[in-house]
Amino acid sequence: MKTLIRATGLILAIASAGTSWAADIKIGEINSYSSLPAFTEPYKKGWEMAVEEINAAGGIKGQKLVVVSKDDGGKPGDALTAANELVSKEGVVMVTGSFFSNVGLAVADFAKQKKVFYLAAEPLTDALVWSKGNDYTFRLRPSNYVQASMLAQEAAKLPAKRWATIAPNYEYGQSAVAVFKELLQKARPDVEFVAEQWPPQGKIDAGSVAQAIEAAKPEAILNVTFGADLVKLVREGTTRELFKDRSVVSFLTGEPEYLDPLQADAPVGWIVTGYPWSSIDTADHKKFLDAYMARYKDYPRLGSVVGYSLIKSAAAILERSKSTQVDDLITAAKGVTFDTPFGPASFRAADHQSTLGAFVGKTAVKDGKGVMVDFKYQSGSDFLPSEAEAAKLRP
Amino acid sequence: MDLYVVQFLTGLANAASLFLVASGLSLIFGVTRIVNFAHGAFYMLGAYIAYSLTVRWQTPLGFWAALLVASAAVAVVGVIIETLLLRRIYNAPELLQLLATFGITLIAEDAVRLIWGPEDLVGPRAAGLSGAVSILGNAMPIYDFVLILLGPLVFGLLWLLLHRSRWGLLVRAATQDRDMVNALGVNQKWLFTGVFALGVFLAAFGGGLQIPRDAVTHFMDLSIITEVFVIVVIGGLGSIGGAFLAAIIVSQLNAFGILILPGISLVLMFAVMAVVLVLRPWGLLGKQVVRSRIAALPDVGAWKPFDRTGRLAVSLAVFLAVLLPFLLGDYGISVASEVMIAIIFAISLQFLMSVGGLDSFGHAANLGLGAYGAALCVQYFGMSMELAMLTGPLIAAAFAVVAGWFCVRLSNIYFAMLTLAYAQILWSIVFQWVDLTGGDNGIVGVWPSEWAASPNAYYWLTTACAVGVVLAIRYLTFSPFGYSLRALRDSPMRSATIGISQRHIQHVAFVISAFFAGLAGVLFAFQKGSIFPDALGISTSVDGLIMVLLGGFNTVSGSVVGAVVYKVSSIWLMSNTDFPRLILGSVIVVLVVLFPQGIVGTSQRLLETWRTRRRLGEANVGAPAQKGGVA
Repeated sequence: MKTLIRATGLILAIASAGTSWAADIKIGEINSYSSLPAFTEPYKKGWEMAVEEINAAGGIKGQKLVVVSKDDGGKPGDALTAANELVSKEGVVMVTGSFFSNVGLAVADFAKQKKVFYLAAEPLTDALVWSKGNDYTFRLRPSNYVQASMLAQEAAKLPAKRWATIAPNYEYGQSAVAVFKELLQKARPDVEFVAEQWPPQGKIDAGSVAQAIEAAKPEAILNVTFGADLVKLVREGTTRELFKDRSVVSFLTGEPEYLDPLQADAPVGWIVTGYPWSSIDTADHKKFLDAYMARYKDYPRLGSVVGYSLIKSAAAILERSKSTQVDDLITAAKGVTFDTPFGPASFRAADHQSTLGAFVGKTAVKDGKGVMVDFKYQSGSDFLPSEAEAAKLRP
Repeated sequence: MDLYVVQFLTGLANAASLFLVASGLSLIFGVTRIVNFAHGAFYMLGAYIAYSLTVRWQTPLGFWAALLVASAAVAVVGVIIETLLLRRIYNAPELLQLLATFGITLIAEDAVRLIWGPEDLVGPRAAGLSGAVSILGNAMPIYDFVLILLGPLVFGLLWLLLHRSRWGLLVRAATQDRDMVNALGVNQKWLFTGVFALGVFLAAFGGGLQIPRDAVTHFMDLSIITEVFVIVVIGGLGSIGGAFLAAIIVSQLNAFGILILPGISLVLMFAVMAVVLVLRPWGLLGKQVVRSRIAALPDVGAWKPFDRTGRLAVSLAVFLAVLLPFLLGDYGISVASEVMIAIIFAISLQFLMSVGGLDSFGHAANLGLGAYGAALCVQYFGMSMELAMLTGPLIAAAFAVVAGWFCVRLSNIYFAMLTLAYAQILWSIVFQWVDLTGGDNGIVGVWPSEWAASPNAYYWLTTACAVGVVLAIRYLTFSPFGYSLRALRDSPMRSATIGISQRHIQHVAFVISAFFAGLAGVLFAFQKGSIFPDALGISTSVDGLIMVLLGGFNTVSGSVVGAVVYKVSSIWLMSNTDFPRLILGSVIVVLVVLFPQGIVGTSQRLLETWRTRRRLGEANVGAPAQKGGVA
């Protein structure tokens, strides 16, 4: 008899536990954890902190927010397996995350096919919200186009007329160069591009590339390489005096992920987009920075900001939505505003792109470390095409 | 003019670092015949340890001491791996060592991440050598001149070691004919260990040398390994001089090539390799690889079709597979579809490798062509899934007709490398031809027809295809065509004598294999709804090799089991662990040691031994044990 009572108790406990889980709001998250840990570890710390803050403040409409996170190993195919697991097995109400553009596009198409809400975190490709945009997909980070137009605006102020470009040989590099060229030449018809180099991603032969660019004697250089390629290019280019007396404009180089490994080798005076975490002086950022430092005893990278803002924006959508049905989520996401460490941002209704911006400034070396100086925050909404124009870019 | 001089010197400096790593790989292959996939991992490990030491010892002497200490430490790791792991499997099929070293590579990638953290590390520049000198008005790093001198210096030292010492004599002898060296009473074990240690030392030293130029990352192993393989093959396997020459040729072509075609780096190296292999089948300075006599004798006996028990078991397995949707949910069933697709891919490779004796390192080309063929037909002609399932494989086969004509002229590792070049050239075309293929952003929106859209329906479709392909391949294996193919594999000379045309038969096999792999590609594209260049990448080819080797190289269709085990465990690990590579690598290493003939191969052998024993016990007569059995 006692056993029977115990068993009943156990069953009841399980059943009630079951219902309390069902009351949670589960969202799925996929990223390249095993293949890109330098970005994804700070990113994960960022979103974990956001989840905790949201739940400490009472969750979403009283329900606890749960994030189920999966690894995609950097491959679109594996990301789809993970997305399928999240949707079919875990029953998440939306899928979020990803870093690589191709992974983002694959998951976006999956979202369209399976009618699932997808909130892309990091992928930069313009295609995600424009030429291959769909109703189910929203994107948080400032796109390639936004980064390019921020840099082109600064580049147009330079006296330089002869430009050379160095970009990794794949879609990201190619579209970054194309947009930058177009916008710069629109602002400055007198500018000409005299040389270009397309090293394979991750395998730059930096000495030869630097020398080939040097031979064209440009007045300014656009760089799109990042990571290990950037390190090699900066070292070879500096020793070979490629950057001496030349302006350099560079994508993403001010992000701690790419600037910090360079340490004292960091380039000086490059015009970059990035995240100067140590010297941003706004209340929003200070709150985020203090909480992050207290929690992790480490400073945030841009990935941390992306991860944190991703979950904050997801929560804002869920908070605003009538239900967790996909149509309601889409309606709620259009125009929703959310808080980020960079200040409030929102998702545009016309193209589903967020208005989150980036910092544009110059690189410098301080105490043996690369930093950004003379920077200002540029909101994405000032650089995106108008919503009416953007809507025409979508299928 | 001055540009060309500086570009030439830069090319020489790059050649030096490539040569160091490649010479180690060439030595190891020459003597032990190990296709050492872990060479890149040793290179990476050398760089990481050298990083930790150089940041502490920032003096001119300290830098070089750090490099030597790091290389010696990695060489010790190499010796441990050689004695504990590789030595156990020298008598297994040659490619099994590739599998073992691949496992080690996976372990190493996650291990460095655990030890040194996720971020890219940038070490100090070489103390005293960080500046530049002016060459005809261009600044050129002093360190590059050190590299330019170091290349020939190491080459010279290696030459002296190989030509002026008794040990070198033995190494050269073993490169030429290791069984003869063994027969003459030389202790092969220590010779192998010594060569392995030297090779690993050179790889680690090459890694350390990158500290002043490069960032230390956890993926630097993969970015170097294919390059050095290509260098070694262009130069000729086992030839140090060839590696030196090839490193210079490739580096110089790259340095000057980018002046004319800025995007050429991606494809250049593989294009050079393809041209060299077509013109000189054993590389620039290489000689024909002598197959080890011991390893060349497959002691499995002839394959036989399934007997009645076997057929019953297979029917039961198929029956259970068909019922699977009633047991698994939507997610489980889509994973099962992926496994079925992996089976088709693996068995098509096994047909080429096990039946044809042609080890392809570029099988991804066929899968990718099938997938892209289908996806492009859908995108540009609005073709239906049913029709695309036919055109995709046909496109893969059509390409294979051309590529196969070149490939089957080569044998062994050279065949493998030419197929690798084929796959890599296709990969770079797909990657760069953005207007047609979407480049890295791939092709999306390739979804199955209405009737096959549900996970269950798609699963039954893939199962039907998988069963059909496996049956077709088994039928071919036991047909006269299959016998000719196996005759060519086991004894090319005798086959030629009785009038079997090697090139013709192998060419046909190459095309058949491509057709089936193309089918796997189509199914893959429709399952994912999209296709990306990574389908054509090296890792896809490696996946195929692993599934075949894991299942059993000397079996007809062991790769079916290999595919199930590998695919299920990699998907499960990816979903449930933070360090999937570390665990998967360890699993592979353990499986290699436990099942040196692959899971199916070794199990069969154990079963055979058990049956023989029982028979002997019952009859109590010393009838000779029948070899072979169902495969």
